[in-house]
Amino acid sequence: MARTDSLQGSLDLLVLKILSRRPRLHGYAIMAAIASTSGEVLRAEEGSLYPALYRMEEAGWIRAEWIKKDSGRRARIYELTAAGKKQLGEEESRWQSVSLAINRVLREA
Amino acid sequence: MSLWSRILNAVRGERLDREIEEELQSHLDEAIASGRDPREAHRAFGSALHARETSHGIRAAGWLESLLADLRFGWRQLCRNKITSAAAVLSLALGIGSCVGAFRLIDALLWRPLPVAGSSRLYFLSRKLIGPEGKPIQDGYWSTPDFKVMSDAAKNQADLIAISDADRTDITWSSDDDVEKAHIVYVSGNMFPLFGLQPALGRLFFPADDRGTGLAPYAVLSWDYWNQRFGRDPQVLGRPLHIGDQTFEIIGVGPHDFTGTEKGTVTDIFLPLGMNSLATREGVTWHHTFLMLKPGVNPASALEPLRQHLSAVSHAFEAQCSTCFRGVPQRTIDRLLNKTLVFDPAGAGISDLQKEYRRFLGVLGLLAALVLLIACVNVANMMTAQAAARAHEMALRISIGAGRRRLVQLILCQSALLALLASTFGGLFAVWSAPFVLSLVNPPDNPARLALPADWRVLLFGFGLMVLVVLMLGLLPALRASSVRPVAALKGGEDPHSPRRLMRGAIALQVAFCCLVLFLSSLFVASFQRLENRPLGFSTDRLLLLETVAGKGQLPAVWNQTAEALRAAPGVDSVAVSGWPLLGRIRINSDVSINGAPPSPTPAWFLNVSPGWLSTMKIPVVAGRDFGPQDTSPGEAIVNETFVNTYFPGQDPIGRTFSRGADQPANKIVGVTPDTPYGDLRAPSRPVFYVPLDEIDADSAPGPVRFGTFVIHTESQNPIALADTFRRLIAERHNGLRVSNVTTQLDVVRDQTIRERLIAMLAAFFAAVALLLAGIGLYGVLNYSVLQRRREIGIRMAIGSSRTGIVRILTWDIFLTIGLGAAAGIALGFGASRYVESLFYQVKATDADMLALPACALLVTSLLATLPAVLRALRTDPTEILRAE
Repeated sequence: MARTDSLQGSLDLLVLKILSRRPRLHGYAIMAAIASTSGEVLRAEEGSLYPALYRMEEAGWIRAEWIKKDSGRRARIYELTAAGKKQLGEEESRWQSVSLAINRVLREA
Repeated sequence: MSLWSRILNAVRGERLDREIEEELQSHLDEAIASGRDPREAHRAFGSALHARETSHGIRAAGWLESLLADLRFGWRQLCRNKITSAAAVLSLALGIGSCVGAFRLIDALLWRPLPVAGSSRLYFLSRKLIGPEGKPIQDGYWSTPDFKVMSDAAKNQADLIAISDADRTDITWSSDDDVEKAHIVYVSGNMFPLFGLQPALGRLFFPADDRGTGLAPYAVLSWDYWNQRFGRDPQVLGRPLHIGDQTFEIIGVGPHDFTGTEKGTVTDIFLPLGMNSLATREGVTWHHTFLMLKPGVNPASALEPLRQHLSAVSHAFEAQCSTCFRGVPQRTIDRLLNKTLVFDPAGAGISDLQKEYRRFLGVLGLLAALVLLIACVNVANMMTAQAAARAHEMALRISIGAGRRRLVQLILCQSALLALLASTFGGLFAVWSAPFVLSLVNPPDNPARLALPADWRVLLFGFGLMVLVVLMLGLLPALRASSVRPVAALKGGEDPHSPRRLMRGAIALQVAFCCLVLFLSSLFVASFQRLENRPLGFSTDRLLLLETVAGKGQLPAVWNQTAEALRAAPGVDSVAVSGWPLLGRIRINSDVSINGAPPSPTPAWFLNVSPGWLSTMKIPVVAGRDFGPQDTSPGEAIVNETFVNTYFPGQDPIGRTFSRGADQPANKIVGVTPDTPYGDLRAPSRPVFYVPLDEIDADSAPGPVRFGTFVIHTESQNPIALADTFRRLIAERHNGLRVSNVTTQLDVVRDQTIRERLIAMLAAFFAAVALLLAGIGLYGVLNYSVLQRRREIGIRMAIGSSRTGIVRILTWDIFLTIGLGAAAGIALGFGASRYVESLFYQVKATDADMLALPACALLVTSLLATLPAVLRALRTDPTEILRAE
């Protein structure tokens, strides 16, 4: 059962945006970055973050790579691809237009 | 990239799981390190298993994963019954390999278009007429002047191309002693340009090379010959080539894959049409004529008018031809002129081999397909038995939620694995078998040669066959398995008879196919045996034949002296000379005219022989005498009994005369011999006359003899061992005689039965395989049936059923099935034999012994196959069975 997700639909956008600013992050760092930059308002659930990451990886928007951390453990880090950058642009503009539209509705009402 | 990575991930599913696990674990570590409560962090992830499943599903191609799992499972199933699986794979491989091999031969000989431009616009011109024996024949030969007249008449719509047969000819490259054989073809100069062929070296012929008799002494080598004889030496251009008294200059090498239009023979050397002395003769038909429609001409509308036009033109030419019918009676002229021009598509080339082997290859394909079908039925039966044994498992799978589609996939995977393995081995078998069969097609000294490329046509056929096999094997068991009703199966079995009914139907089918194969095989084997054991009327024992040529000819005296020299050699019993070997490739007929009357409609066949030839061949003289040294031709003649019955019915022929045409000198009959086959073992006896080797002209002067065959009866069992001695002996005499071919009379006779031998051999092979497979199939089904009915048998025994009763219950319906199948097979056999009647010799499908043989073989096989299962059933111990219950 997929849990309802507070970030439904916009998780991709957030991940792409974070990765465009700070390349080569692992999953936990991405989650932490979403939390800290949103002032702890937005939280990506682990249960949906990883599926989203894999989906985007398969779609070719991001690519992953295993690196060795200082602690000796391996970590899988992600970075944006060219296709991902394009996708980010599209998602951003769609978000803009949607939020504009929502704001307009809110003002009218 | 994405699909690829998903496919890759599907293949390495476990590693993927490990990676996902590791990444999630590192995430948790990180979270805990940054101060989160471990339990809360774990909870935030939800179920680790669920997370992994979701992630896995995204990163791997699910359908492929399930397919791989099924393949793996199928493989394990195959490995579990190693012997059964190996037998299944081998029998299928044999079937598939035979089919692909047969397809390769059929395709290469009959279907594959020639590697030339516009092969679909190419037609072969021949004429239908009534032959000298009153039967319709098709004549594919044309005279060059006739060809030229027709070319002019057709030139607006089509081009006519003249191509002769590929004749195996004596050629020399340097000194006179160095005689080799090569296949020579005369072609009109427009052939290479019209076929769109480019030279590999030098130039090819063009229409200007047709300019006149003897004006273009050029030769073009085929690429194949250039490769084999000259190792692709570019210096070959300009070299002289001697054929008879002509010298040609090599001007080029043809393209790589073009070996001429005669499928089955690889042309070595092309010569211009005009260089053959026959090209000026109006009455000599000696080459073929092809027609190539010009591009853009619609064959549907243009061909028929063109045919009628050319037919009229050619008819007018022949009717006017002054030299065509000199001395021929009017009746024969009328018969010869009354013919119909026929266009046959010739895109795949034209050859005698095609005509001779079309039916043969059809039979070969049929036998191979039947063996494959039998093998398929066997394996399908095996899989049905396995599926029945797995009914429980299938029911369990369905009841815990497996889709029926998935079950079908599971079983199809297993059959695909079998088919794939079998196709691999079968492919290897086909790689070997097609050239092997081809190598047996013609006499060993002049083998048939065909390009047998393994290209997309063959691969496509092989792939199609494989898919068919997968479906035949798997579809039925798959559908059966997927229709399992779990409740019934888990409760202890559905109708226990249903798989057996299915298998019994399969057995009937198998027996029918097997019976068909056996029936046809027995017909072919009997044909061959009767042909082999046909009384010859002469002895082939220890007879060496030296086919000898003498350039422009040597007087009979020279031939006789040479024969004398051979007679003096050690190990020689007797020596005689004939014009050519009996039953060899040369057959010549002649008109026969009695008392100066017009020639009779039936021609007779003749052979020039020296005195003593009859005794060397062990042909008795039933009346009169053998030739003596004083006899000449014309002058004396010896005839066979059919000759007497045809021309002198009821009379004493000795002393009577006949001539070889209305105004020819008379020959006096001095002896009569029994009939011997002349040119064809299969043909009925023909009138034959022998005339002395010594030919004299009108002034009684001896004429030169250009070629002849020394017939040597040796003391040794192996005459061919002496061939080199004799060859040297003849060469040392330097009298212009040269041995061009060495063989034995036994081989000459054997070459007559090559096709029959080959088909009998292959048919016997397929029959043995079919019988073996059918036996195995029968054994398998019966064995399964006994195993399944153990309970029933035990109970029957316990309540007092007799052993015969048990045997009857077990075998009654199987033998009924076999009987039904056999009857169906025989019925099919009658139908099929009508199609291949032309391949039989003195056997009929309705002969009782032709039916007895397959019936006996089948009966013995079925008895052998049922015996183990019956014994097993009889050994059943009722107490044990009942205790187990």
